[in-house]
Amino acid sequence: MRLAFDEMLTAENHPRPPYKTYHDWYANQDAAHLIRKTQDAENIFRRTGITFAVYGHADSSEKLIPFDIIPRIISAREWRKLAQGIEQRVLALNAFLDDIYHKQEIIKAGRIPRELIEKNVAFLPEMIGFKPPGGVYTHIVGTDIVRTGEDQFYVLEDNARTPSGVSYMLENRETMMQMFPELFTLNKVQRVEDYPRQLRQSLSSLAPPGCKGRPRVAVLTPGIYNSAYYEHSFLADQMGVELVEGSDLRVIDGRVKMRTTRGYEAIDVLYRRVDDDFLDPLTFRPDSALGIPGIMDVYRAGNITIANAPGTGIADDKAIYSYMPEIVEFYTGRKALLENVPTWRCSEPDSLKYVLEHLEELVVKEVHGSGGYGMLVGPTATKKECEEFAKKLAARPGNYIAQPTLALSTVPIFVNKGIAPRHVDLRPYVLVSDKVKIIPGGLTRVALKQGSLVVNSSQGGGTKDTWVLED
Amino acid sequence: MLGRTANGLYWMFRYIERAENIARLVDAGLRVALTRAGSSDEDWDGVLQSAGVRKAYDQVHDKLTAAAAVDYLLRDEQNPSSVMSCIDYGRNNARMVRTALTRETWEATNECWIDLKTRLARQAKPTDLPELIDVIKHRCGLIRGAFHGSMLRNEIYNFSRIGTFIERADNTSRILDVKYYVLLPSISQVGSALDNFQWESILRSVSAHRSYGWVYDGEYQAANIADFLILKVQMPRSLAYCYEKIVSNLCYLETDYGQRHKAHDTADAIKAMLKRGSITDIMDHGLHEFLEDFIGRNNQLSADISEGYRFYQ
Repeated sequence: MRLAFDEMLTAENHPRPPYKTYHDWYANQDAAHLIRKTQDAENIFRRTGITFAVYGHADSSEKLIPFDIIPRIISAREWRKLAQGIEQRVLALNAFLDDIYHKQEIIKAGRIPRELIEKNVAFLPEMIGFKPPGGVYTHIVGTDIVRTGEDQFYVLEDNARTPSGVSYMLENRETMMQMFPELFTLNKVQRVEDYPRQLRQSLSSLAPPGCKGRPRVAVLTPGIYNSAYYEHSFLADQMGVELVEGSDLRVIDGRVKMRTTRGYEAIDVLYRRVDDDFLDPLTFRPDSALGIPGIMDVYRAGNITIANAPGTGIADDKAIYSYMPEIVEFYTGRKALLENVPTWRCSEPDSLKYVLEHLEELVVKEVHGSGGYGMLVGPTATKKECEEFAKKLAARPGNYIAQPTLALSTVPIFVNKGIAPRHVDLRPYVLVSDKVKIIPGGLTRVALKQGSLVVNSSQGGGTKDTWVLED
Repeated sequence: MLGRTANGLYWMFRYIERAENIARLVDAGLRVALTRAGSSDEDWDGVLQSAGVRKAYDQVHDKLTAAAAVDYLLRDEQNPSSVMSCIDYGRNNARMVRTALTRETWEATNECWIDLKTRLARQAKPTDLPELIDVIKHRCGLIRGAFHGSMLRNEIYNFSRIGTFIERADNTSRILDVKYYVLLPSISQVGSALDNFQWESILRSVSAHRSYGWVYDGEYQAANIADFLILKVQMPRSLAYCYEKIVSNLCYLETDYGQRHKAHDTADAIKAMLKRGSITDIMDHGLHEFLEDFIGRNNQLSADISEGYRFYQ
């Protein structure tokens, strides 16, 4: 593999411009002091209960995501470029969703195969012909971005369903400001703290047209055993809105209402953190205990806003991903500003053949998978793992896509002996209403194991505070 | 507020109150074992009864021993009323209602759980028990302190307080009911050494052996002890005090919501009964019968509250 691009240090070990101030500061720090700060940070996270659940782990149901005290720093110039690309992409995603649930012009134009949409489980026929309030499908998007060089950024994934992790972005910043206040006077870092307020504003502005007065917003969670429960309660708390579960809600007189100590009260906007499948047992999975029977009827009658809209999964499906450059161009009339990672669709025989022959160089992912589960990282997999994966791949090729292993950029992490480079990715958060707002920063995930490219928290990844500097 | 949130707050505080009360019971039990020559493992029978887990204990243990009883009360996962189980449920409820709690209250609850999970991970050595019990009481005290110091006096506060006092009234009445026979006047008016010892142990279970002295001039008398724990409104673990608090919190809710429920009538009736009552009447009509009736009415109030405020679907 090629040597990875390090975002802090050049090959000659000089700090790159955005890191200059930080690097000088770091040089004057005492190692023992920083080790203590790392422990402080862990204590803050543990006491606050910023935990996530790892499914299938019996030993402890709640884990901390390791936090690294060295920030990831992005210059204003780099960010502007990224932000433009992200905005273009998010607008295209919404236009795409609107199109495939209405006229399907992109299919008629022959740019995307019909069966890829209509046979896709993420495509919801219930959404055909329906326009959500304000025409917005993806109210909240988390665009996963990786970097491989000075000016090379790729979009790895568009999370258009219920992207998580934003609470870590906020808590990481909070923790850094508590531990190293001086760094924020030395560096002009753009604010992320406004996110909850902006989220609430953005959600409120898309209330159903019939909503009178101040819209009533609520966050829908699957409950305290969900891996992202902390985030759900955090966001509800920070926005100052109710955190509801399916059992709190009921459809009464054509409205979705929540059971309060004073009686049933209507909700106008539901920021749901449950998957489409579980949203309405009358429409989708009948065994769902997390959803609200009849909510889809209320939705289609225009009496509630659901964010993100049901059926947005069709836009971030890994099989659709490979068509994103066409999609962006089709709806914006311009070439995509941000590059896609070259992708082989294993459903196509030629591609499958190539993938099977080059497994040890590729990353193979399940089309519907997430969280780093069920994927093969060729370069680090054993021969046996590759062989076993090849069988699964041959049995259900349409279930997989493959991508080259990118030499992800590195940012140093703090270890007992000093600093050591580790691979990172970036998930900026985007709010869509009548305009697109991109929060300057996002969640940087870092693979803590030396050489590892898997940054998922469920697989031993950690996080960093992400700074976007002002000009 | 969501009905489920009110329910979560109510139970969060019931469980935290229960954890602390179980710790007090164990403390009193240990004290008995310490001070009484020839104390036997059978002393723990009453403690398990007071905790309401005597039968459940037999389902997992063949024999009653002090060590097994203490372990069962403090940390057995199969015991839904063990201190650890209570703290677990309490914290789970706190997580559920996280948005209704101040950061201080949540963190005190979470830290209590983190600390006790470590300390109660394995069976405690007898020599470590006094410290362990202190830590439990201390941790529960920190939650209460954070709660009082930081929470708005609104419906959230009211439901939390109601949970606390319904649980406390239940605990105090059970402690009395298990030992009611040692308080019966037929046995003796002036305590023998054994009586004195039994009575002190009751007072210890509610951390009232010192305050009793201030109110009743030191002398242990059965009727005074019953009076103290049932009718004395100054005593923070007495039934009368609990009902003062329950009624006033329900009253705030009534004013705030402009709604009155069956729960209000139930609570008012119990409070009036406690206010009217004299300890002589209670003793004459039967202490055990009185306590049984009280426990039933207290449970009824709990059910009325959860119905009136839509705790469940």
